[in-house]
Amino acid sequence: MIPSSFDYIAASSVEEAIQVLSEAGEDVKVLAGGQSLVPVLRLRLAAPTTIVDLNKISELRGVRDDGDAIVVSAMTTHHDVINDPLVREHAALLAAATRTVGDPQIRRRGTVGGALVHADPAGDLLAPAVALDCEMVIVGPSGRRTVPAADFFVGLFTTAVGPDEVLVEVRIPKKTGWGAHYEKFNRVAQAWSIVAVAAAVRTESGSIVEARVALTNMGTTPVRATSVEQALVGQPANAQTIRAAAQHAAEGTSPMSDGNADADYREHLARVLTRRAVAAAAQVEG
Amino acid sequence: MTTTAQPATTEFGRARKRKEDARLITGRTRWTDNITLPGMLHMAVVRSPLAHAKITRINTDAAKQLPGVHGVFTATDLGAEGISLPCAWPITPDMKAPQAPPLAFDTVHFVGEGVAIVVARDAASARDAADAVSVDYDRLEPVLDMEAALADGTTLVHPELGTNRNTLWVFDSGQAGSGGNVEGAIRDAEVVVKRRFRQQRLIPAFMEPRSVVVDPTGEQLTMWSATQVPHILRVMIALTLGVPEQKVRVIAPDVGGGFGGKLQVTPEEIITFLVARRLGKPVKWTESRAESMVSAHHGRDQLQDLTIAARRDGTVTGLKVELLADMGAYLRLVSPGIPILGAFMYNSIYKIPAYHFACTNVFTNKTPTDAYRGAGRPEATFAIERMMDELAVELGIEPLELRERNWIKHEEFPYTTVSTLTYDSGNYEAATARAKELFDYDALRAEQHRRREADDPVQLGIGISTFTEMCGLAPSRVLGSLSYGAGGWEHASIRMLPTGKVEVVTGSSPHGQGHDTAWSQIVADQLGVSFEDVEVLHGDTQSSHKGMDTYGSRSLTVGAIAVVKAAEKVIEKARKIAAHTLECSEADLDYGHGKFTIKGTNKSTTVADIALAVFAAHDLPDGVEPSLDSDATYDPQNFSFPHGTHLCATEVDTETGWVSIRRYVCVDDVGRVVNPLIVDGQVHGGIAQGIAQALFEEAIYDEGGTLITSTLADYLVPSAADLPHFTTDRTETPSTTNPLGVKGVGEAGTIASTPAVVNAVIDAVRHLGVTDIQMPCSPQRVWRAVQSARGVTKSTSEHTTQATAGGGLGSIDAQANDNSGGAR
Repeated sequence: MIPSSFDYIAASSVEEAIQVLSEAGEDVKVLAGGQSLVPVLRLRLAAPTTIVDLNKISELRGVRDDGDAIVVSAMTTHHDVINDPLVREHAALLAAATRTVGDPQIRRRGTVGGALVHADPAGDLLAPAVALDCEMVIVGPSGRRTVPAADFFVGLFTTAVGPDEVLVEVRIPKKTGWGAHYEKFNRVAQAWSIVAVAAAVRTESGSIVEARVALTNMGTTPVRATSVEQALVGQPANAQTIRAAAQHAAEGTSPMSDGNADADYREHLARVLTRRAVAAAAQVEG
Repeated sequence: MTTTAQPATTEFGRARKRKEDARLITGRTRWTDNITLPGMLHMAVVRSPLAHAKITRINTDAAKQLPGVHGVFTATDLGAEGISLPCAWPITPDMKAPQAPPLAFDTVHFVGEGVAIVVARDAASARDAADAVSVDYDRLEPVLDMEAALADGTTLVHPELGTNRNTLWVFDSGQAGSGGNVEGAIRDAEVVVKRRFRQQRLIPAFMEPRSVVVDPTGEQLTMWSATQVPHILRVMIALTLGVPEQKVRVIAPDVGGGFGGKLQVTPEEIITFLVARRLGKPVKWTESRAESMVSAHHGRDQLQDLTIAARRDGTVTGLKVELLADMGAYLRLVSPGIPILGAFMYNSIYKIPAYHFACTNVFTNKTPTDAYRGAGRPEATFAIERMMDELAVELGIEPLELRERNWIKHEEFPYTTVSTLTYDSGNYEAATARAKELFDYDALRAEQHRRREADDPVQLGIGISTFTEMCGLAPSRVLGSLSYGAGGWEHASIRMLPTGKVEVVTGSSPHGQGHDTAWSQIVADQLGVSFEDVEVLHGDTQSSHKGMDTYGSRSLTVGAIAVVKAAEKVIEKARKIAAHTLECSEADLDYGHGKFTIKGTNKSTTVADIALAVFAAHDLPDGVEPSLDSDATYDPQNFSFPHGTHLCATEVDTETGWVSIRRYVCVDDVGRVVNPLIVDGQVHGGIAQGIAQALFEEAIYDEGGTLITSTLADYLVPSAADLPHFTTDRTETPSTTNPLGVKGVGEAGTIASTPAVVNAVIDAVRHLGVTDIQMPCSPQRVWRAVQSARGVTKSTSEHTTQATAGGGLGSIDAQANDNSGGAR
């Protein structure tokens, strides 16, 4: 289908993008990889008067080492994230989740920043961002600010990014040597997650010393499974421990019911998938 | 004259890559939407957002003011109020048929029905203006459930009909004299099994959206359409609109898939025709995917009640089938007959002595249903193959063993069935034996036993489908006896060009099947020319002036036989000239691979040489016209009856309900094979579509009658990533009905695979107490079935009330809590 007409501005810098956003009023949308926005435009579910395209801003692409963190620029494509050696070494959970996004064509166009700001509760990058304690670097007219991932996802398709702001970077604290796994449950390969679980653990001498677990699509925003984490830390990395901890997975969640899954089934899936995700991350037979 | 013609290699049976694929796959070809004509305008359709409502006002003023808009039209503006889209299959004389206007003018009857159209200078302006048309509605209650639709005093979809019942169609073997009385069989049976199955509504989801271009300039009005049926479309336009048939030319250029979904005369074709003619300018309409999902016809949507009667030894003694079939809001081209195509197939490969079939067609406020790959036969095959598994469980007989006890033995062909068809050939034993071997049936049964014993969370199931089907539609007399509105013949002609090349004109209308390749192979053999020297012309009522088009796996068994008959006429014409040229009598000539040879000599001439001689026409025998060109119209004597055995092993994760197909083996018997690569492609695609019904696809409406699976994000068409490896093999039992010994293959995979998969899913969890799972067997449905079965077995305690009140949910929650408590 054909979108409604709109003005199109290809910003050449972040500053220009912000200026356009500040002046364009409320009916403006930012175009990143276009893998969510373009279908929405074509279905006329959104009809912005202005679109600001970030694709020409080269400084928004790439991954760099920044001491105890790696920094992924917002317009880095999923494909580049998956293949980046820094991401693989220090943020294996993000690489694992990104591998499950859409299909190869989508991963070539779609971007990490676009996926995070779109904030689809079924999107696969939200839970890893929360689990990894990422910091979101946002630029607006009044300068640069940093928002922790836990505060970034405000509601359904809503983030802390203001109407005249742009997400420019994601700072990921290094989790070098951690085991990581993203357990995704969907019905066909290219579909969104019904439920998914992002898990990263650090083990020492057969014990779990640190654990991060977050859930995809178990509420309007990603849910950090803190009681699962607490039940894992300090315990031996074995099937019994993980099974017991995973029973807490649905605590504090508020999943919706839809054609693929009712809420109670999602809660059940969260428990099963958490067990499997943590076991895989800890390299334990689930 | 020459004696140096190359010895022809045989093309028949050769796995040639398809000559049409390069252009189809790259898209550098003539799809309808690629056609651009001078001065062409673009049409967009304003569609109803409501399932059932009175139209009180259509305001087009704002839309007409928008830039680029040439006109906004309602049914009244176009004079379309009196038009009714054709239904060519009135299955009973008293069938109730509502008027089916191309645009709603008074009442809308389903979400997506056209209400007005916009014509503009470009597609974007047309779309904008369509959004600016405002329509006021008074809501009416939608009729969505078939059983509720038949209740007394219910809302009527079409009040003027006085009922939501389209018709009742009955076949009874006692009355037909082809078998016994089924009520007696049930009464006297040692075992009776009853089941209800639900055939969910499916969306054909062809790859190329529908598109129409109408050029009214010139003496003949030309319509290009992404259709399976250009010839039928031309006749129907003439009959429906009263246009002289000779003034209309219909072209189906390259068409990107159909699966029955383009076996239709669509509202948009009629409207584009009307508006182009009115404006005197070419007009194009191309639908969006979302438009296609909601407005192109759907398939399946039946409730099936089956009763099977048997003796304890496994002998089936009777079968009763009662169907409700959802027509949707209107009757389209062959809607009422689709479930009737299944009527002859419920007895399948089995010798069933008494059979009763009754189908009630029902109107609802949903998108109309019509042909979808298999059309009636997948429904029948699913039901009988599910039923055979249920009966096997009831009797404690191994399910393959039960089938074998009842099927027609290979030496019993030709065999006339209880539903009056005569199967010409078949060998169910051979196909099944080969499938078992490839599947390693016994080893998988042993593994299944082990997993059950170990209470493995992932259980193994084995599903069987020993199917047959009737295809190659069809003998015209049989179609006439079923009140079908057309014949079942096909036409072909062959033009011999002076340079020895060949043009084959076919009335079949390919939309992805590979006719160009298969017909070239057949003609190359017949006339001794090379594969590359054959050009296949199709899909244009000017060049291929006569045809019945492509559906129901009829192209090879009917269309290609017409090609063979035409080639035989070419050879007979050439024989006279060859005898003249070689100075011998016709009786002295041997013919083979394009070459006439005087018996016992090496003196010969070829069809290609004769074609040049005919072009010059300098030296032809007296009374022989200077042409080898020939045509033939072939009407088959019988259907073709492909069959086969499909075996599927599924692994079912009882923790999540996830189903994965571990192994899929099929041994199909489609008779002699022209091109094994094309046959494999048809089988693979067919199985994919059958698996899609079993596990993935379902058109879902909400309580207001809105289709909520209206994009491919919601309607789950599986891709290669979701499908297993297919192990395919064949047995070749030639059809005795046609000279090539071929049978149809276009629908076989779809018909066979769905019950194999669902039987396997249920077999995996049968021991837990699961007896049925509705299609598609989604993870949630499978998981709930397992939970519910476990709940039932546990519900002898005080939890009984809780479990039933919650529909099983209460017990599930309780169980989940128990487990978590236990784990701590």
